[in-house]
Amino acid sequence: MIPLSWYIALSIMLFCVGACGFLTRRNVIIMLLSLELMLNGVNLNLVALSYYLDSVRGQLFTFFIITVAAAEAAIGLGIAVTLYRSRRSVHVDTINQLKG
Amino acid sequence: MFTQIFFIYCALMIIASSILAISFRNPIHCVLMVLVLFFHMAGLYLTLNAEFLAAVQIIVYAGAILVLYLFVLFLVSLRDEIRLIPFIANAWIGRAVSAGLAGVLLFAVLPSFTIGEKGRWTVEAVREVTHTKAIGQELYTTYLLPFEIAGLILLVALLGGLVLARRERGESDDEEVSADTTHPGSTPIQEEVS
Repeated sequence: MIPLSWYIALSIMLFCVGACGFLTRRNVIIMLLSLELMLNGVNLNLVALSYYLDSVRGQLFTFFIITVAAAEAAIGLGIAVTLYRSRRSVHVDTINQLKG
Repeated sequence: MFTQIFFIYCALMIIASSILAISFRNPIHCVLMVLVLFFHMAGLYLTLNAEFLAAVQIIVYAGAILVLYLFVLFLVSLRDEIRLIPFIANAWIGRAVSAGLAGVLLFAVLPSFTIGEKGRWTVEAVREVTHTKAIGQELYTTYLLPFEIAGLILLVALLGGLVLARRERGESDDEEVSADTTHPGSTPIQEEVS
């Protein structure tokens, strides 16, 4: 029997690795991929709690999170392709037209 | 005992592949590392008696979302992307922030965590009806409105993807784009090849 805290510790570490990737990488696509890592950490947390609480609520939340992640990936990658088309680069530092 | 060994294997592989995924230079390698991570995540879902979510994880995440990422990575040119300008100060600040977040969550929040009251879907109750049926019963009764909203979100994503990916005919206000309009119908990939 695996304790619940192992799962939560793993999901915390996965979330923080995703946050680190989001903060340090400069590529828009890798930043979106880091968002997926963070969402996966949250998913693992929800599924573990759903198992240890004898409820399927957490699994349903995970289901909705997967739906929203798919929509977010489609929209985010569409924006990345559009930006690349107009700017010829996907580095986020080059998108500073709105900077005052 | 076997379950614990399997959990430790999956946890080590998840941590290692996630760290590799955010540290590789080549974005294709990053996406492939995330693919490894998703398979091990599905294995962890199996240890938590969530078979349906393990299948959804592999089909939707590994099969649809990552393939979308790979398509976009092949659409934008790789030659520009590999050359990254290192921002040492910013990168270390980001690493420090995420390490501090991990430390706070692991050593302050996690020990003070208490589990709440139990629900009605015990392992035996789920095993009596099957797992997918239990999820479906909850999804289509208690969570009917979020289910409809999820469908609406998918519709918005579909329309947004269509609008964003459509190539405007008259977009020539930029000098870089106006180079494209001399060859109508040519995409950036074909230019990269030639």
